[in-house]
Amino acid sequence: MSTAEQNRAAEGGRTPTGVARGLTQGATGTRGGIGESTLRPDGVLKVTGEFAYSSDLWHEDMLWGHTLRSTVAHARIVSIDTAEALATPGVYAVLTYDDLPTEVRHYGLEIRDTPVLAHGKVRHHGEPVALVAADHPETARRAAAKIRVVYEELPVVTDEASATAPGAVLVHEDRDDHHSGHVPHPNIVHRQPIVRGDADAAARRADVVVRGEYVFGMQDQAFLGPESGLAVPAEDGGVDLYVATQWLHSDLRQIAPVLGLPEKKVRMTLSGVGGAFGGREDLSMQIHGCLLALRTGKPVKIVYNRFESFFGHVHRHPAKLTYEHGATREGKLTHVRCRIVLDGGAYASSSPAVVGNAASLGVGPYVVDDVDIEALALYTNNPPCGAMRGFGAVQACFAYEAQMDKVAAELGMDPVEFRQRNAMEQGAVMPTGQVVDSPAPVAELLRRVKAMPLPPERQWETTEGADVRALPGGLSNTTHGEGVVRGIGYAVGIKNVGFSEGFDDYSTARVRIEAINGEAVATVHTAMAEVGQGGVTVHAQIARSELGVTQVTINPADTQVGSAGSTSASRQTYMTGGAVKNTCEAVREKVLAIGRRKFGTYHPAWATAELLLEDGHVVTDGGEKLAPIAEVLEDEAVDLELEFRHRPTQPFDLRTGQGNGHVQYSFAAHRAVVEVDTELGLVKVVELACAQDVGKALNPLSVAGQIQGGSTQGLGVAVMEEIVVDPVTAKVRNPSFTDYLIPTILDTPSMPLDILELADEHAPYGLRGIGEAPTLSSTPAVLAAIRQATGLELNRTPVRPEHLTGS
Amino acid sequence: MEFLRPATWQEAVAAKAEHPSAVPIAGGTDVMVEINFDHRRPEHLLDLGRIPELSEFDTDSGSGTVRLGASVPYSRIMEHLRTQAPGLALASHTVASPQIRNRGGVGGNLGTASPAGDAHPALLAGGAEVEAVSVRGTRLIPIDDFYVGVKRNALAPDELIRAVRLKTATGPQQFSKVGTRNAMVIAVCAFGIALHPEVRQVRTGIGSAAPTPIRARAAEEFLAAALEEAGLWESRAALPPAVARQFATLVSGAANPIDDVRGTASYRRHALGVMARRTLDWTWREYRGAERTESCA
Repeated sequence: MSTAEQNRAAEGGRTPTGVARGLTQGATGTRGGIGESTLRPDGVLKVTGEFAYSSDLWHEDMLWGHTLRSTVAHARIVSIDTAEALATPGVYAVLTYDDLPTEVRHYGLEIRDTPVLAHGKVRHHGEPVALVAADHPETARRAAAKIRVVYEELPVVTDEASATAPGAVLVHEDRDDHHSGHVPHPNIVHRQPIVRGDADAAARRADVVVRGEYVFGMQDQAFLGPESGLAVPAEDGGVDLYVATQWLHSDLRQIAPVLGLPEKKVRMTLSGVGGAFGGREDLSMQIHGCLLALRTGKPVKIVYNRFESFFGHVHRHPAKLTYEHGATREGKLTHVRCRIVLDGGAYASSSPAVVGNAASLGVGPYVVDDVDIEALALYTNNPPCGAMRGFGAVQACFAYEAQMDKVAAELGMDPVEFRQRNAMEQGAVMPTGQVVDSPAPVAELLRRVKAMPLPPERQWETTEGADVRALPGGLSNTTHGEGVVRGIGYAVGIKNVGFSEGFDDYSTARVRIEAINGEAVATVHTAMAEVGQGGVTVHAQIARSELGVTQVTINPADTQVGSAGSTSASRQTYMTGGAVKNTCEAVREKVLAIGRRKFGTYHPAWATAELLLEDGHVVTDGGEKLAPIAEVLEDEAVDLELEFRHRPTQPFDLRTGQGNGHVQYSFAAHRAVVEVDTELGLVKVVELACAQDVGKALNPLSVAGQIQGGSTQGLGVAVMEEIVVDPVTAKVRNPSFTDYLIPTILDTPSMPLDILELADEHAPYGLRGIGEAPTLSSTPAVLAAIRQATGLELNRTPVRPEHLTGS
Repeated sequence: MEFLRPATWQEAVAAKAEHPSAVPIAGGTDVMVEINFDHRRPEHLLDLGRIPELSEFDTDSGSGTVRLGASVPYSRIMEHLRTQAPGLALASHTVASPQIRNRGGVGGNLGTASPAGDAHPALLAGGAEVEAVSVRGTRLIPIDDFYVGVKRNALAPDELIRAVRLKTATGPQQFSKVGTRNAMVIAVCAFGIALHPEVRQVRTGIGSAAPTPIRARAAEEFLAAALEEAGLWESRAALPPAVARQFATLVSGAANPIDDVRGTASYRRHALGVMARRTLDWTWREYRGAERTESCA
């Protein structure tokens, strides 16, 4: 199918709300199966601006919703006066907590602690207090400004010291969640120790002991498509919700009870998602939009602007990390002690799981028999923090990799060699006691990344003089080479894949095969949220490989099919890809059964040979074509919906942290080459090389894109990305892309890749989830390179110019 | 909000007289941000987009001047005025993104008069004049008198900025800006310098390090005296390092910065000193002709 045809297929299939009815893609010139760099079916639409994002949703006669948010971080709500707002012409509804239709008035991913609308109290800056629906977005906004909220401010807790001080104000009184019984303080969401071996005894064997304290700033997912969706009331009293999210069924589970509707009456459809990175795992406008639609009887659209978006989703947990590493003179780690304090902000979100990750992955991809780890997440009045790419493993990696460099320096050893001497491999035991039972090529990844050729020195020099674009400061023209020093740094990380700690993690795929115009075609229907990761591409590839078809239609993700689980934890290719494969295999068996029934008597191979579906035919494993699939099917269609599960995991013991908590591990190593203007404190990352084991690259181009994107996100938090929260007021100081900076193309270096494919026998096709690992090690590699260039300790990320100039 | 769309410059000036609180909008790169973020709700927007002469510039080699229409986009300044206004061309390069540089012009920077506007240090160093027009007539406001307070300028309520007049550069000019990203960033602080050999003066401009854009006058005077004393304008000899150091110290001292989310006051002072030293070095080398410094403009 040509590009134009692809476009037409997608456009012709638009629903009134702009959601495409399906993405149909054939294969051009190749089979388009797994292992090929098939192009995205929505790629042309996206780069030409034709793709309908959730902010483009439109419905006849729709209203616009607006959220009034708290202007203070912690306060008792004395009164809310909505009279003037309601009297504004064009306003259809104003809702506060008192208008909620049922007794279920809170939601949350793990702990239902987040009010749909503030009740009596606000706990963080930007908390939703009231909703307005009006016939124009500007009218809604102005009406919201007329709502009079009287706040009586309360003291704020903003860090561990203030949150656990005697008499500290409690962010949540009367906790009764499943973590409340074991935490040492009510302002601690969850605490996970991991103790293995005897760290005290091991410390006595250490020839060198290195300690460090590290601070990780608050990073934002900074997805470009703001939170948005459209809720359409239905005749049956239910609601149709079109929304950009990461996990439709998790949303559904939280939305329906608040609305007082059975889940089948809340029909969700994924609309175009402009990035997610964890920030869409929690609800944003979903319940609000539905409430307004059901109240007014009209479709209601809500789109956050960029400012509101910074308050509309959780961020990456900022962290304080304290580490002690010991090693022998020979360069073997003796022990690691660490304490990781994550700031979860005002509501739990996924803090408990982030704690589990930070703790269990807290020493990194190294063999250490004696460990004493503690990770915890606080409740504070800072902005709520939750899922973001790397999920707890990022913060730990930043700290343990800095430590590894320090120990190496203390031993006078090459930092890569020191890492290799301690690198885990298949069969290694994690601090949790879990045996790593698939390839863990940590030393090999380091070797490969180190072996890549280095970019030339003084690469900014041209015959015309200095090319400032290649220098720190770029076009800002701050140096023509003066003060510029090169540094090189290495780091490696370990990330878990899939949902851990005993969670029943599954995905569902429905696959249909039928003959249309004499050609066998397949349709794949899942609830997987395509957030840019390329699941829609890979699912079609899997269907082609398994079913021998060319044309595959990927139906829009919705809740008319079973849950696909979240597009997070690097899990979707493994899980929903695995589900598609699994269902395709069952479909194939049915097709073959039909074939045997119809044609079995004509050829003995139907009964005796291993049969496959290839190139539109049933073929023997010897390559003999038995019959076209279309002829086997005739008017029959095979249509199956099946669930797929990964190996079960176990919770971590609350006291010792022991347990087979994770499904699979994912490893990446980086080498960063930076040039630092040491006088101005400006950094140019010249190259960010990565070596990663991906198990099996189902789509090598997508794999490269994920690694480079993840590396860039890690670079961002190394040198610029941080939500700045005022420590006195707990208010966000930079909620805009003017002052929350993300890398531009001039900040994004060349990123050579070395992709290793060592199969994990437990996973579909042997693949390994890949989306997050590159986000881990890129940050500490950049930091290590800056340290080498400047000789500074730099225990905080992101690094700001004043940290490098000492001014 | 009423949207006024004059078809000619005369109509625009008349509309401004009739509605002195009207906010002029040309490229919209500042005004629309303010409106979208609800920082500003003017009763009247005065659209200057239909007035072609605002997007034109004239270079008069006879009088040695450049008259730059208020709406000439930065991308055209970069392209066409590298020789006549090198400092401003370099500053234009650092403005936001290509899309913004295709829309925004110097008139907007002057109208907003934010201390962070990228054009200001170059305009101060170049000794520009602002052509302010009202129904009462036209006056030329020296750039030194233009910035009167935080985001306040010397325009009368009925005046519009027609153009900026600059002397065609007679000596090397430089511009340098610190941001925490390598492109598309608001200045943490910025510095502009222009050598004016014909009058044996050096002019400077500092951005984002005081309530308004300012000149570092003590630094300028020190440098002019040092150059004069040692006869360096004639000899084109190398600049004594001590002179460059003192110049940098005085530039640093001229700033009156604050701590904010973009940077600390002490970093700004420090960075201004570094930029002052480097840009002086680049301009002086260029003046000496000893080495062609590449501006990449």
